[in-house]
Amino acid sequence: MKAFVGAAMLACLSIGASGVPPVNDALILGETLPPKLSDFGLLTGKQGLVPADGVKPYKLSTPLFSDYSEKYRYAYVPAGKTISYRADGVIAFPVGSVLVKSFGYPADLRKPTENLRIIETRLLIHRANGWVALPYVWNADGSDAELKRAGTRIDVSWTHLDGQVKRISYAVPNVNQCKGCHSLDGVMTPIGPKARNLDQTFLRTAAIDGLPAKIDHIPVWNDPTSANVDARARAYLDVNCAHCHNPRGPASNSGLFLGWESRDRVALGIGKRPVAAGSGAGQFSFDIAAGHPESSIMLYRLASIEPGVAMPELGRATAHAEGLALLAEWIKAMPAEDVK
Amino acid sequence: MRIVIASLTCAFAAIFPAYAGTLRVEPGANAQERLQTALLDAKPGDTVEIGAGRFELTDGLSLDISGVTVRGMGADKSVMSFKGQKGAGEGLLVTSNDVVLRDFAVEDTRGDALKSKGSSRIVFANLRVEWTGGPKATNGAYGVYPVSSTDVLIDNVRVSGASDAGIYVGQSKNIIVRNSLATGNVAGIEIENSFNADVYSNVAMHNTGGILVFDLPNLPQKGGNSIRIFSNRVTKNDTPNFAPPGNVVSQVPVGTGVMVMANSNVHVFGNMLGDNATANVFIVAYKQKFDDPGYNPRVKNIVIRDNEHGRAGWAPGFTGGKELAAAMGGTIAPIFWDGVGGAAAGVHVSDKVAVLTLGLDEPLTPIAEMQPGPIDLSKTPMVAMPVAVVLPAAMEAALK
Repeated sequence: MKAFVGAAMLACLSIGASGVPPVNDALILGETLPPKLSDFGLLTGKQGLVPADGVKPYKLSTPLFSDYSEKYRYAYVPAGKTISYRADGVIAFPVGSVLVKSFGYPADLRKPTENLRIIETRLLIHRANGWVALPYVWNADGSDAELKRAGTRIDVSWTHLDGQVKRISYAVPNVNQCKGCHSLDGVMTPIGPKARNLDQTFLRTAAIDGLPAKIDHIPVWNDPTSANVDARARAYLDVNCAHCHNPRGPASNSGLFLGWESRDRVALGIGKRPVAAGSGAGQFSFDIAAGHPESSIMLYRLASIEPGVAMPELGRATAHAEGLALLAEWIKAMPAEDVK
Repeated sequence: MRIVIASLTCAFAAIFPAYAGTLRVEPGANAQERLQTALLDAKPGDTVEIGAGRFELTDGLSLDISGVTVRGMGADKSVMSFKGQKGAGEGLLVTSNDVVLRDFAVEDTRGDALKSKGSSRIVFANLRVEWTGGPKATNGAYGVYPVSSTDVLIDNVRVSGASDAGIYVGQSKNIIVRNSLATGNVAGIEIENSFNADVYSNVAMHNTGGILVFDLPNLPQKGGNSIRIFSNRVTKNDTPNFAPPGNVVSQVPVGTGVMVMANSNVHVFGNMLGDNATANVFIVAYKQKFDDPGYNPRVKNIVIRDNEHGRAGWAPGFTGGKELAAAMGGTIAPIFWDGVGGAAAGVHVSDKVAVLTLGLDEPLTPIAEMQPGPIDLSKTPMVAMPVAVVLPAAMEAALK
């Protein structure tokens, strides 16, 4: 009870101070599922392109690929609370925090800041009982976004990097699918904001409790100056695959563990036979056939857009050509071994 | 202050849980969103009732609330069709405990049909899972697919067309599969990397292989053991293998009845076996190279007794099988063993039919070094049978 009263008082104080509608802390901490994104006051302006006070943008060194969408990420931490750094590199956001991610497409991917259409905004809210994921879909005039807990599909098109028009059926995940990725030991958890993957500006300005002076950053997957191919490929796998493919994640039963920390060659897929891949295995015998990207199941599945074959399973109406190229280079360079 | 009052109401709601309710969903427009919303809104104790008719679905469904029953009007009445599926790896994914799935059908999923991951006390009953185009490599892998689950009951389900296994229980514990029908799959019923399973009163016909008990390396749970396969009918498994080549079941020869690979304490008894061109019973080590010090590729303590045998072995589907059959007078014995481990493997066979061993020393001994011949395994001491699997009473009660 005290928390609610406190939150309500805080809200009153904020209105008094600035005259601008503040972020609705009571709603964040409550138990309801607000039908409109605007109820939270986290984003303002058309298509929510302007974050409210205290809603801080952040970037990731290597982001998750989601059908070439542009993503706008923000973190909100309630006044008086602090983020703390955990020894395993996870940035722990206090109760009352919200991670906000808007997904959209520019009309032309070569001009990423022009003619944006924001499709959806996903909130990951830290409530007293744990994290809750809520997907909001923007209306046609960009005035507000509506809660779509069961997910939906939206036809989207854009001019691609090669000048060709791409058209896809964009999938907004349902809240269980959110958990499908954001799950550790079956408990909802943020994925992206690990210290090793967060941008320096955010880390420096967010006043993170216990943040070490030196962070071992993972490379920028598509910046060859940031690291060699091996490290960049591993960063790509860490971000795109390891939220499921880790010993505590939704794909634990596969025995394929693709996290940054993973050191076991078989667990990484090298010379590993498929278990329950079904048609996902294609014509091939190994997740990674060292030296042979063309006969590695991993690349076959990353290149496919067939449901049941495509990996990751969500947000994959297109294949990520640039990511595939990096992984192909990585696998090609592996000395072909006496395949086990 | 109003916020505070609203919160109070919520608090009372939490203290006094609502009575178990029913959320009913009918077919029609927007079925995907309505069905998924019901699966999200259900509270523990609730039933999501699926009306009669066809539900045309475009994406995977999922249930993450414990204590929910999903119940249709019958396996031929309430049909979830995934023919138009555009995304997700399975038809319906369950990730919660104490869930009952019953009385509906799932058709034409692009990947697996019904999957539970990490669920305790999960019941699959009176279901039909089908790939309506018949056997195809592009069909989904598994029909009914509990994995990493504890206390699993599969009763009266029918599965056909799975490109891997119709009923597949993987890396699980305390399992009953019974009264079910698997036809036209690569593997009819498969128990893999699992502990304590009773598989009985099932019919596995016209698959590539009828009932498989496997153990594979490099998985979180391995060392499959304590499996009883009894009172099943495993006949006419004659569908050519249509599994995508990389999968382990793609190695299963057409015409295999019961296959036991790399497991221990497996008892196969009182089954009706016959009309399987390779063998009625096929016992082998895992024959691939692997890098996993904790994995045992051999079988250990297998008991084959009191089975009724029909015709078998007239066209062995494994490499060199044809030549072997020719050398044996046209037919190999109904029970086949690769011989790996020799007497130490503890393979007991007291069925009244011949047993063929290849006399191979090691799992990776080249087939060219085989020393095939009949073998009498009736004197091998029988290992004690695992006790019957008993599931929590509430699971059995859910069938009523």
